[in-house]
Amino acid sequence: MSFDFLWQGMGVALMPQNLLIGLVGCFLGTIIGCLPAIGPINGIALLLPIAYTSGLPAESALILLAAVYYGAEYGGRISSILLNVPGDAGAVMTAVDGYPMARRGEAAKALAISGISSFYGGMIAVVAMTFLAVPLSLLAIKFGPAEYFVLMVFAFATLGSMVGHEPVKTLLGCVLGLMLTTIGLDATSGAYRFTFDQPELHDGIEFIILVIGLFSISEVLLMLESQVKGTLKPLAVTGSYPSWAEIRHIWWPSVRATAIGFTIGVLPGTGASVASAVSYTTEKRLSDKEGTFGKGDIRGLAAPEAANNAAATGAFVPMLTLGVPGSGTTAVMLGALMLYNIQPGPQLFVEQPKLVGGLIASMYIGNILLLIMNLPMVQLFARMLLMPNWILIPGITALSILGVYTAYSSVMSVLIMFGIGIVGYLLRKLGFDMAPIVLGFVLGKVMEVNFRNALALSGGEFGIFFSSTLSIILWIMAVAIVLVPIWLRRRQAARAAAGQTA
Amino acid sequence: MRKTLLFAALALTGLAGPALAQPAKTECLAGAKPGGGFDLTCRLAGNALHAAKLIKDPMAVSYMEGGVGAVAYNHVIGTRPGDGGLVIAASSGSALLIAQGKFGKHDENAVRWVGALGTDFGVVAVAPDSPIKTLKDLIAAFGKDPGAFPVGGGGAVGSQDWMKMAMIAKEAKVDPKKMRYAALEGGGAVTTALQGGHIKIASGDASEMINLHQQGKLRILAVMSDRRLAGAFKDIPTTYEQGYTIDWPIWRGLYVGPKVSDADYKWWVDTLTKLTKTDEFVKEREARGLFAFDSLGADFDKRVKADTAKFRALAKEAGL
Repeated sequence: MSFDFLWQGMGVALMPQNLLIGLVGCFLGTIIGCLPAIGPINGIALLLPIAYTSGLPAESALILLAAVYYGAEYGGRISSILLNVPGDAGAVMTAVDGYPMARRGEAAKALAISGISSFYGGMIAVVAMTFLAVPLSLLAIKFGPAEYFVLMVFAFATLGSMVGHEPVKTLLGCVLGLMLTTIGLDATSGAYRFTFDQPELHDGIEFIILVIGLFSISEVLLMLESQVKGTLKPLAVTGSYPSWAEIRHIWWPSVRATAIGFTIGVLPGTGASVASAVSYTTEKRLSDKEGTFGKGDIRGLAAPEAANNAAATGAFVPMLTLGVPGSGTTAVMLGALMLYNIQPGPQLFVEQPKLVGGLIASMYIGNILLLIMNLPMVQLFARMLLMPNWILIPGITALSILGVYTAYSSVMSVLIMFGIGIVGYLLRKLGFDMAPIVLGFVLGKVMEVNFRNALALSGGEFGIFFSSTLSIILWIMAVAIVLVPIWLRRRQAARAAAGQTA
Repeated sequence: MRKTLLFAALALTGLAGPALAQPAKTECLAGAKPGGGFDLTCRLAGNALHAAKLIKDPMAVSYMEGGVGAVAYNHVIGTRPGDGGLVIAASSGSALLIAQGKFGKHDENAVRWVGALGTDFGVVAVAPDSPIKTLKDLIAAFGKDPGAFPVGGGGAVGSQDWMKMAMIAKEAKVDPKKMRYAALEGGGAVTTALQGGHIKIASGDASEMINLHQQGKLRILAVMSDRRLAGAFKDIPTTYEQGYTIDWPIWRGLYVGPKVSDADYKWWVDTLTKLTKTDEFVKEREARGLFAFDSLGADFDKRVKADTAKFRALAKEAGL
């Protein structure tokens, strides 16, 4: 295929009006991403009618909405790192290593590192999209229920790395997440499970409510506890930026995470949250030799940030080429395209080169803008940590309530958030990690639905899980991700032993 | 307590609003996430009303996600029953859920049905290289070996997509419960699964499938309608034409709370009646892939109640 669309698109994206729109979108996105519970989908739903009624041409509207979307993936990391409160769904894993860094006084470094890895992820993914969009859409078609199920087996296999020094607690947390995900409408039979006749529970527990409860509310409770005990030490914020060695150090983890994030983003039905989870656990499995992951390792911070940006970009691929949204946010954008009477599909690249090219080109520019915008602001954001607790604690609580209420306009969801928060606080006191709960929740649903759909299609034959080349490759990958690190460790141990005897 | 007072006050302002005149503030509630069918209905109503200058200020759209509209339904009945400026989006899918008792303790008589703004139709499709060319072929082959035809739809067992296929299965003398049915995540996932060969029959909506049909990516065997559709559908036969008296219109409409005054209810019905005759409305409706379905006021109320009765009978027959 030719790349005429890209050159035409550069012309569109570099028009002063579109440059300005992209900048505004990036800025708004960063702020929306930073605020807990308010995610890109709310921002875009709010902006779409404004863009449409103010008569913006289709390509400008799309540039704006897209900038908000990937801008939010940059912004989400800020509150994850500084407050341990994920700003949006894709930033959950960012807190795992980002927050310990902030506690150590390296907030500025953590923000800069994650900003750079976000840039790596976003930029590599746009390049990949430019070249691979059409071939990749053919791969996405090959994913049926059976293949999705095996993909989730792979994801759970990477989870093996989360089993730290307390495997029982990790597994319990994972099971708790799996249990929570069964609440609500059973997507296969249409029955309501564990809803106790409450319509508010028909859709189950919203992921974002779970995340805000587990992370932000329990964090507030922990802060209150140490405030009462008088053990809360003010954080030091040093101005240290990452060194060149560190920036180089995160290159390969970011590249690996981008590959994972982009692929998962391309697949319809799985988004930034799954991408960041799988990339984090994969990276931990591959590189956590000294057990520093979870304690503020920059690779553990870089991987999920690169992955969520790559996934956000990848989600555009099925939207533009198949007309199938890769995430909730691209679903709203698909609605926007239809509003402009534009039908997505492979012919879009030929029929609307200005639109597709303009969008893709604007993403190159947008990522550069976001990097430029984010690095100098690091110091400013890092100062947030110096806020006294009498502002911080009520502030986080108010933002959490506001976010959840704005998104779901129901008091019930706020109560559920507090309930989960209290349970989360107790679990943390008992030494449980929050991440396995979230992972079990995210992966469990996709796994269950596809398992049952696959068996429904095969009439109960389990052979369907081994019936395609793709699923066999995924099985091999799942086994490899468990065995290869063990083999590597043995080989290293053997070498060390040999070195000693020599 | 304060919440109850607040809502009571809201309800009162609704009740005390100016009679016969336009409500002071209009709002459309979509019982789902932004971007879905309810949102589309609200935006169609809002944009067209404003474009046709039938309301002064643009209509606000708010969202209350949960249970495919169930949360919004219960919220309106429980806390804003008399708000005359509030319309809520609904569809034939809502009527189906109400019929199945999935909207909680309230039934279809708990609100006041204002009118439908447009409709989509159910379609069945197969892959372009499938040996099945007509609905008759499908019903014959499906009746012989239902196991050879895995079906995909965008909803669970008992959903609209499942019901459409269940009606076809019945024509083929196949027990709907014996279908190999995969509940996929929305219409986009269904067409992708069909193209990937994971399913052999796709059950969905006309507007979702027509572009792929025109591009030759799938073949629509029949539109589930009693009349031939115009435009892009002018060459696609209907179920009725192929000898099967089954149809599945997917109407999109609005309702108001149970305690809304007759004057406000009449204002909505009259305004929408005027609206559906304007060019602005037709343009907005067609842009959203919807066909004309002008059923308003008492007529619409009768339609909804007939639908829920039909769906109850269907669900019983299908053994749900």
